[in-house]
Amino acid sequence: MELFDLTIHELHNKLIAGEVSSVEATTAMLARIEAVEPAVGSFITVTPEQALADAEAADRRIASGNADVLTGIPLALKDIFLTEGIRTTCGSRILHNFIPPYSATSWEKLRNQGAVLLGKLNQDEFAMGSSSESSAFGITRNPWNTEYIPGGSSGGSAAAIAARQALATLGTDTGGSIRQPSSHCGCVGLKPTYGRVSRYGVIAYASSLDQVGPLTRDVTDCAVMLGAVAGHDPKDSTSVDTPVPDYTAGLTGSVEGLRIGLPKEYFHDSNSRGGLDPDVQTAMDRAIETYRGLGAEFVDISLPHTDYAVATYYLIATAEASSNLARYDGVRFGHRSEQAESLIDMMTKSRSEGFGMEVKRRIMLGTYALSSGYYDAYYVKAQKVRTLIMQDFTRAFERVDAILTPVAPTPAFKIGEKVDDPLQMYLSDIFTIPVNLAGTCAMSVPAGFSASGLPIGLQLIGKPFGEETILRAAHAFEQATEWHTRKANI
Amino acid sequence: MKFQPVIGLEVHVQLKTDSKIFCGCSTRFGAEPNSQTCPVCLGMPGALPVLNKKVVEFAVKAGLATNCSISHHSIFARKNYFYPDLPKGYQISQFEDPICREGWLDIQINGEEKRIGITRIHMEEDAGKLVHNDVSGLGEGSGVDLNRACTPLLEVVSEPDLRSSDEAVSYLKQLHQIVTWLNICDGNMEEGSFRCDANVSVMPIGSDTLGTRAEIKNVNSFRFVKQAIEYEIQRQIDLIEDGGTVVQETRLFDPNSGTTRSMRGKEEAHDYRYFPDPDLVPLVIDDEWVERARGELPELPEHKRQRFIAEFGASEYDAEVLTASRGLSEYFEEAVAFHQNAKAVSNWIMGEVTRALNDSGKEIDQCPVTPRLLGELLKLIDGGTISGKIAKTVFDEMWRSGREPKDIVEEQGLVQVSDSGAIEAIIDGIMAANQGQVEEYRGGKEKVFGFFVGQVMKASKGKANPALVNELLLNKLKG
Repeated sequence: MELFDLTIHELHNKLIAGEVSSVEATTAMLARIEAVEPAVGSFITVTPEQALADAEAADRRIASGNADVLTGIPLALKDIFLTEGIRTTCGSRILHNFIPPYSATSWEKLRNQGAVLLGKLNQDEFAMGSSSESSAFGITRNPWNTEYIPGGSSGGSAAAIAARQALATLGTDTGGSIRQPSSHCGCVGLKPTYGRVSRYGVIAYASSLDQVGPLTRDVTDCAVMLGAVAGHDPKDSTSVDTPVPDYTAGLTGSVEGLRIGLPKEYFHDSNSRGGLDPDVQTAMDRAIETYRGLGAEFVDISLPHTDYAVATYYLIATAEASSNLARYDGVRFGHRSEQAESLIDMMTKSRSEGFGMEVKRRIMLGTYALSSGYYDAYYVKAQKVRTLIMQDFTRAFERVDAILTPVAPTPAFKIGEKVDDPLQMYLSDIFTIPVNLAGTCAMSVPAGFSASGLPIGLQLIGKPFGEETILRAAHAFEQATEWHTRKANI
Repeated sequence: MKFQPVIGLEVHVQLKTDSKIFCGCSTRFGAEPNSQTCPVCLGMPGALPVLNKKVVEFAVKAGLATNCSISHHSIFARKNYFYPDLPKGYQISQFEDPICREGWLDIQINGEEKRIGITRIHMEEDAGKLVHNDVSGLGEGSGVDLNRACTPLLEVVSEPDLRSSDEAVSYLKQLHQIVTWLNICDGNMEEGSFRCDANVSVMPIGSDTLGTRAEIKNVNSFRFVKQAIEYEIQRQIDLIEDGGTVVQETRLFDPNSGTTRSMRGKEEAHDYRYFPDPDLVPLVIDDEWVERARGELPELPEHKRQRFIAEFGASEYDAEVLTASRGLSEYFEEAVAFHQNAKAVSNWIMGEVTRALNDSGKEIDQCPVTPRLLGELLKLIDGGTISGKIAKTVFDEMWRSGREPKDIVEEQGLVQVSDSGAIEAIIDGIMAANQGQVEEYRGGKEKVFGFFVGQVMKASKGKANPALVNELLLNKLKG
């Protein structure tokens, strides 16, 4: 086994035992990145000097006996996380030259544990997309088959795990941007409950939906990473001040008596939305059998407003985005047009040149939804439907401990396949979007492969702040299956 | 046709908090451009606002002092528009659920009381400012100074209850007095700490349909408010009488010409696309909080004014002057506590104290003659130790040195002479030296009496008890 194949907990044990140094592990990761990057394209920026300096510091810390679980572990971040002194682009030309003066709280927390930063990962521009094809810095390819997309928007974060370019990564999930690429790349990805992880220093797409979460090789690493970044942040008014449990301690391996809901709208009734891919259906059926064998009970449930989720999301998310992205005006940072003749012209041209097509489309959608005369019909109505969707989950969770669904209706699609069809692209998040609207937590766990060898993930949805439960269920499933041990041949 | 003006005011009150409304940066005025900024007030990617609790306290105080009801649940909204001095491309303000609603102020107009409704008070952040051509190191060009960005403001919106420029000014002055009295705003209109937009329309007298209004921006002194409103009323009347119609628009007041000119019409009006700010949670204020704030409110000027009349027998005018500021009213009350002659205290405050403050450019809370010392001084006058005239000399010395009046009087030998023998001796001497004037007086020219008083006071170096001097002089001259 190569160093770059290790999980966090495996490398941690080796570091503590003195079998390997962080500098050695980091060097191995950097070599791996260099080797596979031309085929995959996970990174926007690789930071070898930073990584080696971090690793040296980590080795000193390990030697002094003060190591945390992430000390010396080489990680990478979606390029949406601000990293002081290191260019942060959010996949956009408008931030091609932006060097942040401060760091995101979640990165600060990892850094304080002594984590090593390998670089910044590719993504859809401003996290708007499901395929990682909208980045201004080129596309990312799926390591399982480079003809296919890795999913998005955290496509670089998932591809880097599948290609073993980092031991763990952070992504963000607004409508499925951690779970869907995790599913497509065969890694574990968790979107925490809204408010569980600070959003401070994370470039906003849709503030009421955005949430930071980890992408990892296995569930134990996911628990480690979540524990490291979760918690109240006084700098984020929407972060919640509720204790952070020891997520790894909760991985008991047992799901005996766990009641798992199967929402009919995600399975039988999904025909109206194009239906489930048969390979995905098979993977779900097998997963259900596995859980039954482990002693879990299944309950048929209904989430009746599921059909409205995508429409609701594309009103709320774009409305917030149209306002969040107003600050990119070329005045204080980022791209400034050289063609401008006046102040207003400078702002207009900088934005026209700096933003890509999908971002412009969503800014226009959102601006329209908030416009005088349309606000009630679109934004206000969407908020009401959001409440109904939230209530669907609240009612369901009166009967079950977790909900099992597919992450996406199909495995990864081909590069270019949906680029010109935004509606089809939007529908690939049909099973993940309701969770963001409800504000609760969910994760993607490897659950099989398609006939053509592409990974398929299952989604476990938990109660608000019920991350322990879904992690435990995911861990039990992982123990009983071998999907997570398979490696992309790259 | 006769017209009735209808006026509503929107007043921006800059709050006197140490730090900004959504970040920890200082709010100090006049610092080096952009030296008081951070990722939050610079609108950096990823930065998030955190509400300053002090701003909420100040807003609640303002609401209670203007008879508003305080919302238990209020939310912040984003007001979206592009301008280079607005870092985020939106201003965080309040829209549908402001913190205070439905209050009022009673103004005095031509001796009558009139109630002016307050629609709402909400909290918001200020923008930065653009600096043109004179930016050091930039040469020709424009710069953005974001020190002011994110400074806390209250916007106080009145009902269209005002009917003249005088009413508008009276309302504005009273609001100004309240926010400075509460110590939540420094009230400095030149620096923009208290600024006003006026909505003005006219309608034919007897009509109950409001005319089309114009919003006038940039009126930042009481005098300009009066000028701008009067100009605008006349402009609209002239327009209607000439067969034209008033259009809804935003107009800018030009203080140099005293006129208003169109800034943008209805078609160019911004669609601000207000929506709740998802970065801030709803603000919940419970009754306990409101009641505690109510308990901490100082006695307000109107109440104090009436109490001064009832308790100290102050005239309407004196009560008005003494409550012009909280500091002045408190000075008065403290001085009265040391010397119960309220009328004398009031006269001295409105006379010597105010004169000295004006001369030195000091505020009442910087007055070197403390209320206790003023009380001590007045005790010396009323006790007959010194004359009122000498007291003014003593006061000047107290102003310079801050010393006790008793010590100054003793040291400089200023004690009033009330010994009739001593005064008679002086009078005798003066009468002997001025026989001619004595004859004139006795011949019926009573005006000469003043001459003798002056001579006696001069000879006694001002220390002779004036009442005694009068009495003794009269006796002797009558002979």
